[in-house]
Amino acid sequence: MTAITLEHYLVLATIVFAIGVFGIFMNRRNIIVILMSVELLLLAITINLVAFSVHLGDLAGQVFAMLILTVAAAEAAIGLSILVIYFRNRGSIAVDDINMMKG
Amino acid sequence: MIESIAFYTFSAILIISALRVISASNPVHAVLFLVLAFFNGTALFVMLGAELIAMLLAIVYVGAVAVLFLFVVMMLDINFSAMRDKVKAHLPVGLVVAGVLIAEIYLILASWGTSSLAAENLANPVPTDESITNSHALGMIIYTDYALLFQLAGLILFLAMIGAIVLTHRTRPGVRRQVASDQIKRSVKDTAEVVKVETGKGVS
Repeated sequence: MTAITLEHYLVLATIVFAIGVFGIFMNRRNIIVILMSVELLLLAITINLVAFSVHLGDLAGQVFAMLILTVAAAEAAIGLSILVIYFRNRGSIAVDDINMMKG
Repeated sequence: MIESIAFYTFSAILIISALRVISASNPVHAVLFLVLAFFNGTALFVMLGAELIAMLLAIVYVGAVAVLFLFVVMMLDINFSAMRDKVKAHLPVGLVVAGVLIAEIYLILASWGTSSLAAENLANPVPTDESITNSHALGMIIYTDYALLFQLAGLILFLAMIGAIVLTHRTRPGVRRQVASDQIKRSVKDTAEVVKVETGKGVS
């Protein structure tokens, strides 16, 4: 086995990112799993940033990774609260049924 | 050698648990596999030497976000099996998009190179001072060079907190709650009246 290089981490991040995109398309009706897929996408991006940060010896990438963590936490909180009030009003979370605003 | 074994173990578990997140029929299992995926990401960050990000991932994601998902999944009474009947219809589209994405990123990975600016940076790497830990080094730049970004991150979290509270807060009818402003605004004139009572006649 060769030593672990930057490319190993980039390939891993690519695979996780593709799984996240695939999950969004596969679970079109289940918005909770869509939100979890978005978390997977953000995890892949964080892996990329940290790998490049360590590779280049520049800590700025890790600062940006912290910002991604912040935005992911905020996004999960807002998304889940929208989900809760939607379920409270409609009694279901099927994404297909969200057509109240189509005018 | 041990590094390779650790990397391949952690990344294999990460990929398998990511696949289970999107394919599990029970959403509680999906959330638990998401926790497993984040833990393996944490292990990979520790291997890279980014301990602060690793611990933040464990605390923020596993401790807060995943538990939030778990609460929502368990609190809402949702029929998840009914949502999976269209999975087969969306499968080809998802495979095509994910395949195109992987192919494109593979083309980039196969042909990318460091820029001339970064080459100089790589030739003179930052001296790894063993006396300064990763957290210490990050702390020295977060509060100085990136102070504005740090404050903005705090602002984002503050807005998200306010937004989540405003969105989910509701006033239920028929529940008597203490309203401090109403109590303070109340004056004697509104509630009590002093009446001169004539002797022997009483108050009608």
